[in-house]
Amino acid sequence: MKPEDLEAKAATELAKQQSFEVRLACCSSTGCQSSASIAIIAELKAEIAARKLEDRVQVHGTGCMGLCSKGPLIRMTSKTQKDVLFSDVKVGMATQIVDQVVVPVLNGSKIERPGGELEEHSLDLDEPFFTMQHRVVLENNGRTDPEKLDDYLAHGGYQGLKKAIGMSAEAICKEMLASGLRGRGGAGFPTGLKWDLTRKVESEVKYVICNGDEGDPGAFMDRSVLEGDPHAVIEGMLIAARAMNATNGVFYIRAEYPLAVERIEKALKQARVAGLVGKNILDSGWAFDFEIRLGAGAFVCGEETALIASVEGKRGTPRPRPPYPAVKGLWGQPSCINNVETLANVPRIMLRGAPWFASRGTDKSKGTKVFALTGKIKNNGLVEVPMGITLRQIVETIGGGTGTDRKIKAIQTGGPSGGMIPEHQFDTPVSYEHLQKLGSMMGSGGLIVIDDHDSVVDLARFYLDFCVDESCGKCAPCRVGGTQMLRLLDRVVAGKGTDDDIKSIRVVAKAMQRGSLCALGQTAPNPTLSAIRHFEPEFRERLQPVATTKA
Amino acid sequence: MMDTQIEVKTTVKVAAPAAAATAPKAKDEITVIAQKWKKKRGSLIMALHDLQGRLGFVPRESAMRLGREMDVPLARIYEVITFYNYFKLEAPGKYVISVCTGTACHIKGSAELLAGLEKELNVHAGQSTPDKEYHLQAVRCLGCCGLAPLASVNGKVYGKLKTDESHYVIERIQQDQPMVIAPQEPAAE
Repeated sequence: MKPEDLEAKAATELAKQQSFEVRLACCSSTGCQSSASIAIIAELKAEIAARKLEDRVQVHGTGCMGLCSKGPLIRMTSKTQKDVLFSDVKVGMATQIVDQVVVPVLNGSKIERPGGELEEHSLDLDEPFFTMQHRVVLENNGRTDPEKLDDYLAHGGYQGLKKAIGMSAEAICKEMLASGLRGRGGAGFPTGLKWDLTRKVESEVKYVICNGDEGDPGAFMDRSVLEGDPHAVIEGMLIAARAMNATNGVFYIRAEYPLAVERIEKALKQARVAGLVGKNILDSGWAFDFEIRLGAGAFVCGEETALIASVEGKRGTPRPRPPYPAVKGLWGQPSCINNVETLANVPRIMLRGAPWFASRGTDKSKGTKVFALTGKIKNNGLVEVPMGITLRQIVETIGGGTGTDRKIKAIQTGGPSGGMIPEHQFDTPVSYEHLQKLGSMMGSGGLIVIDDHDSVVDLARFYLDFCVDESCGKCAPCRVGGTQMLRLLDRVVAGKGTDDDIKSIRVVAKAMQRGSLCALGQTAPNPTLSAIRHFEPEFRERLQPVATTKA
Repeated sequence: MMDTQIEVKTTVKVAAPAAAATAPKAKDEITVIAQKWKKKRGSLIMALHDLQGRLGFVPRESAMRLGREMDVPLARIYEVITFYNYFKLEAPGKYVISVCTGTACHIKGSAELLAGLEKELNVHAGQSTPDKEYHLQAVRCLGCCGLAPLASVNGKVYGKLKTDESHYVIERIQQDQPMVIAPQEPAAE
């Protein structure tokens, strides 16, 4: 494909889409597929066909729209009125939707809030859950069909790549640095700096690796991006490759995410046919291609050096750094590993410029962040918010509180590596620095809400047990320390703990934080430590009666 | 209410039920897998995914043959399959029930759901019923946290379960009879 063909294709697809008077976008991600969304799409198509409305109404699948607990969701867009969002759609409801809403709208009626039985199957798009979000990474989710390249092109797809091909590697790195984008996998290392470090290493072979090993239990941002907008991640990787003169791309994706793998495979095939991946990309003479590698269920493989070992077909154990992957990575060659969400930000930054991206967020944390809002919360699902928004706004305004008569007690961010944040600190703005100050971390974006009936001691034990189980066993601080800490915590949980046990937990935790080889061991004590820090009385209640009086 | 029964698509091609593991056809498949991956550097895990995708687990004889045909020592293969949770060393039951124990499901009572299923089937997590009909396992996050708590049967997700609904899960299996395919979930913890 020549660069100018991009626009032509986009214009054709856009014109085609605009020729439809009504479009129905139905979520086809894993969550909604498990609630029969594929059957619902087929049913809607059949209903439209039966009324010979195929030229006026389009039905298509789309990426995750966020409110997973109310799925399957269908978004109806029409030129004549505001969008309507159908929720909890069931097989058998297509006739109702078409007869009571789609056909009247085609005939000129305005039906912004469907009545009758459909009333409770539609959501108000003016709710804060929708209006307070800023969608950058998820902008195509709910709008485009992830299985169609042309749909991505119609929404500015591969325009960022086109721009990058006309720039020098150094200029791309500078642009990324100026945007202030930081790694969305959790650690928050500036992306432009990471690329620049890799760029400066001279080598015939260089790798760009996409880390799609979303191991945090309770997080599904990366799955939703890979499933909902695969071309954006591919484009992000191509731009990254240009920025550091990389020669090979690797997707590392959890085997537990078969649909994500399928969508990436499909998108790569389409991009190869269109001349966007492979030889002579966009007629520039540049060649670049990808391989896909599947994870096999090991949390530690989210760590860069462990991930590299796994891509090499070995046990996923980390190794000491330096040398960093930027110098010696996959097969001993310079490699750059970026998280899915980071990469999905890249094409948008290239296209709209660093100042546009940097206009949102705080001093040091720019742009938006996607969170997987789960646990005891009314609006369960995926939200994308600007950095700097307070935790309270996310949990109470967007999330709608617990939705029961119970009160929110705390949240946990950063999964097994993060920490708990009590309710009285919810006015903290979301940024890498602020969350760290609270003893938690941004992490990949899991945000679990617990209410006043949940025990923080049990939750701390849950996370520690997870880390002990997932420890690769290579270094002693993590392998032995984790097990010892779990034994101490188990005594507390069983009501047999003493004051000394809490002291010992703190000592072991410090050793693990200082001595572990990789982030898994270094951060494994975080949930327990933060729980003790914020909820010490709850731990003391669980101690042996004798010990409590002594203390 | 409980409306979550579409099979999650899988990419790993799946053909034979677990029982066919020892059938002669399996041998040819190993050669195909070995030839597909042998020339690609670092592809042992991918080859093992293909193997388990076809057989449902990694039988010792198959691992030995794969090793011979790919020029990989058996020790290297076992090093990998024992490290990663995903790979199974024993044949699972006909219906693999995976109870998600991710954080969101944990908060919503997955432990209770799992205990109920253990009682219902009279096995512990990680075991199969004596008739090899059901295999129960606890798995890491399946990434459908919005539908917590949930369980999947041979890749088919059943979401928004109640914690006391273990009986319902078994009933649905008998009703739906999800395809007998190799499991697509991570192996038991």
